[in-house]
Amino acid sequence: MSDVLKSRDAKDVEAAVQWALAGGRALEVVGHGSKRAVGRPSQTDLTLDLSGLSGVTLYEPEELVLSARAGTPIAEIEALVAAKNQQLAFEPMDYGPLLGGLANRGTLGGVLATNISGPRRIKAGAARDHFLGFVAVSGRGESFKSGGRVVKNVTGYDLCKLMAGSWGTLAVLTDVTIKTLPRPETEATVVVLGLDDAAAMRAMAAAMRSSCEVSGAAHLPAGVAAATPLGQAVATGRALTMLRLEGVAPSVAHRKAGLLAALQPFGEAGAIDDTVSRGLWRAVRDAAPFTASRSGVEEPLWRISTAPANGAELARLIARAGEAQVMYDWAGGLLWVALTPSNDAGAAVVRRAVAASGGHATLVRAPASVRAAVAVFEPPDAALGALSKRVKDSFDPKGVLNPGRMWAGV
Amino acid sequence: MSLVMPEPDRSVLARRQAIVAALSAIVPGEGVIAAERAMRPYESDGLTAYRQLPMVVVLPETTDQVSRVLRYCHEHGVKVVPRGAGTSLSGGALPLADGVLLGMAKFNRIREIDFDNRVVVAEPGVTNLAVTDAVANAGFYYAPDPSSQIACTIGGNVAENSGGVHCLKYGMTSNNVLGCELVLMTGEVIRLGGKHLDAGGYDLLGVINGSEGLLGVVTEITVRILKKPECARALLVGFPSSEAAGECVSRIIGAGIIPGGMEMMDRPAIHAVEEFVHAGYPLDVEALLIVELDGPQAEVDHLIARVDAIARDCGAATCRVSHSEEERLLFWAGRKAAFPAVGRISPDYYCMDGTIPRARLPQVLARMRELSEKYQLRVANVFHAGDGNLHPLILYDANKPGELERTEAFGAEILKLCVAVGGVLTGEHGVGVEKRDLMPTMFSEVDLNQQQRLKCAFDDKGLLNPGKVFPKLHRCAELGRMHVHAGRVAFPDIPRF
Repeated sequence: MSDVLKSRDAKDVEAAVQWALAGGRALEVVGHGSKRAVGRPSQTDLTLDLSGLSGVTLYEPEELVLSARAGTPIAEIEALVAAKNQQLAFEPMDYGPLLGGLANRGTLGGVLATNISGPRRIKAGAARDHFLGFVAVSGRGESFKSGGRVVKNVTGYDLCKLMAGSWGTLAVLTDVTIKTLPRPETEATVVVLGLDDAAAMRAMAAAMRSSCEVSGAAHLPAGVAAATPLGQAVATGRALTMLRLEGVAPSVAHRKAGLLAALQPFGEAGAIDDTVSRGLWRAVRDAAPFTASRSGVEEPLWRISTAPANGAELARLIARAGEAQVMYDWAGGLLWVALTPSNDAGAAVVRRAVAASGGHATLVRAPASVRAAVAVFEPPDAALGALSKRVKDSFDPKGVLNPGRMWAGV
Repeated sequence: MSLVMPEPDRSVLARRQAIVAALSAIVPGEGVIAAERAMRPYESDGLTAYRQLPMVVVLPETTDQVSRVLRYCHEHGVKVVPRGAGTSLSGGALPLADGVLLGMAKFNRIREIDFDNRVVVAEPGVTNLAVTDAVANAGFYYAPDPSSQIACTIGGNVAENSGGVHCLKYGMTSNNVLGCELVLMTGEVIRLGGKHLDAGGYDLLGVINGSEGLLGVVTEITVRILKKPECARALLVGFPSSEAAGECVSRIIGAGIIPGGMEMMDRPAIHAVEEFVHAGYPLDVEALLIVELDGPQAEVDHLIARVDAIARDCGAATCRVSHSEEERLLFWAGRKAAFPAVGRISPDYYCMDGTIPRARLPQVLARMRELSEKYQLRVANVFHAGDGNLHPLILYDANKPGELERTEAFGAEILKLCVAVGGVLTGEHGVGVEKRDLMPTMFSEVDLNQQQRLKCAFDDKGLLNPGKVFPKLHRCAELGRMHVHAGRVAFPDIPRF
């Protein structure tokens, strides 16, 4: 475990990076460290802790913008915007319990750097789509900015997109600005019980093709649905297919009726109202059936993004090779796949299945020895890999920031 | 004109004949245009104040041809300017005297319509509206709708990260593109994204959107399509002041309502439009707001009533609600004709595009009236009110000596004003050549150098669309240099645990 340097402001971050540059050292960049177990384990000389860079610096609900220091707790931000009847529409999931840590930890900077989202991804986008501007310290030890504090801006390259999902390997975010949006007045969930995976894909596709404006579409096979108390209460031992509707009450009521009718051909459909609906979707958001307290931190867990129509087939290809627990979100486009522990965490099988179906897979949870041995992030082909390396070098030429976390040498 | 473009490379111009011959071998037949008269249509884009004949025009038809053209140009040090339909309002497709103009118009097929995954795979030369047309029979549409959507191409939309009146609710191009095939300047072909969401590694697709043709040439695009809302209704609201109109917009959003579209016009724009279109706009108001709600009938009716109440509460002088599709379209007819309407009352007009924090609108409009006096030029304003994107139209006459220069100076002051109040230089039209030299008002040299380093990762020789976006060009080697004080940096004086 390396020493920890707790920065107080952007100047401290610059100093730390310059120190690392001068001595040829590497830094591990963390906020609360709630996601630090994701990625390849990297050899770093010092941990740069950003949790001291905390505090909201601007929040104008009517302009739909919020600026904060990157280390501000995400829980604080969510409470602040909720008080104004707003939300982070991308519904950031909480990785904590999945990785054996505490719930409700994590910083805004961490949420953005890892491009987190949730079930509403299919309608509202991911963190990348709500990231308006930032100040960051590059691997060259220089503070630079991109974007702004307005929701519509095409001035210069959209580096917010590049920072989102770069896992701290390009620059250290110090100040960030995001878009906030109104919180829906109410919600309801239409459920169909007992569908097999392939039928559930068809039911979700039918819902997505309707004009019901579905803001969440998930399928939990029976075993997965039974893994959480709420899932068990609603599904009563059967598979659970869920479709969420959000908005003003008259609209939700109207669409609920429409969706119930549209799903009738697939099986017994019913509706769940506000409070229970929220609980169910929180469980889907956080992949609650797979928390470490249920399955142990050693159980490999994959997060796979694919074309929604290919979801069930991809899961079938993986399950053919051995036992697999699968939860589907994003109308079939997001798969959480838990496998039994093995030397490669099932990487060979998963990578082959994803290559056949399209998309990308991330090994979200596995023992450090496995994460050191197999690719955690989707391995790029030669041309894309070389370009990614050049992009890394353009921000962090000496490999100071989280080196090797995403891919060896990047 | 005050614009300075990179000095043409005489060694390239001297090799023109050989270059044309080599390109003709890659793109046979009429795909290479070298005759001056035939190249004339390509000399400018939507920003017609600037014109330049390219060295040669190439119109490839396949990804392989694009790849070979770029590889040839990379090997031989020839600059390339990509172009879609040429509707850019910032000069993004302005040719270079020593450059190849790479027109993507022949990439005009829709390759796949996939309702199961709710995506369309299209070639970059397909027009924005053609994507919607291709899926309209099934009740779907493509959400970003720039006002040039009849003509502008989806490839150009990616380059500019185009918006439109619906982007507050449905996002800009980058929020609606899922994948692309990209040819790098070296000729390498890479795929980013696909029918799935998010990137497996760095979000390079997110950076390609809005990169103004400086990073690569897109040869295929996957966009998501949405089910058309069940219905849409609009309100047409007149206000005695822009402050009252601004307050109304704030309170609508404050009430948790995100309208499908929310547009504002100032008095000069209202008058120009009404004389042209006769949409029935009130003429005795300072600001006019069009608010459109879309979605299921029950939702739209509910929200229309709420917005109506908010508008009256904010002191609306007039407020009409559309009761038929014809009436809704009539409300929009004026707004959609705003540019040609202004074109009718002035020999020329110059369309600006800044974004401001919405609350600063009255202040910005007041200052603009002062500037209008100072420069002795009229200005009309249309405003995407929901997201603060302002389009001032400066009225001028290019035939009057000095008037274009005065217009440019006026425009630059407006954009600096946008930045000064916390906004940005461009909301949806792009930097191009137009706002290139204003970039330092928003970004420091460190900021701009970091952006250019990213360009170097894609285009090491700086051959793709140089002279756009960045006011100063640096060699990649120079940008990559590091000044590390080995061994002389003390351990930072920071609390350590």
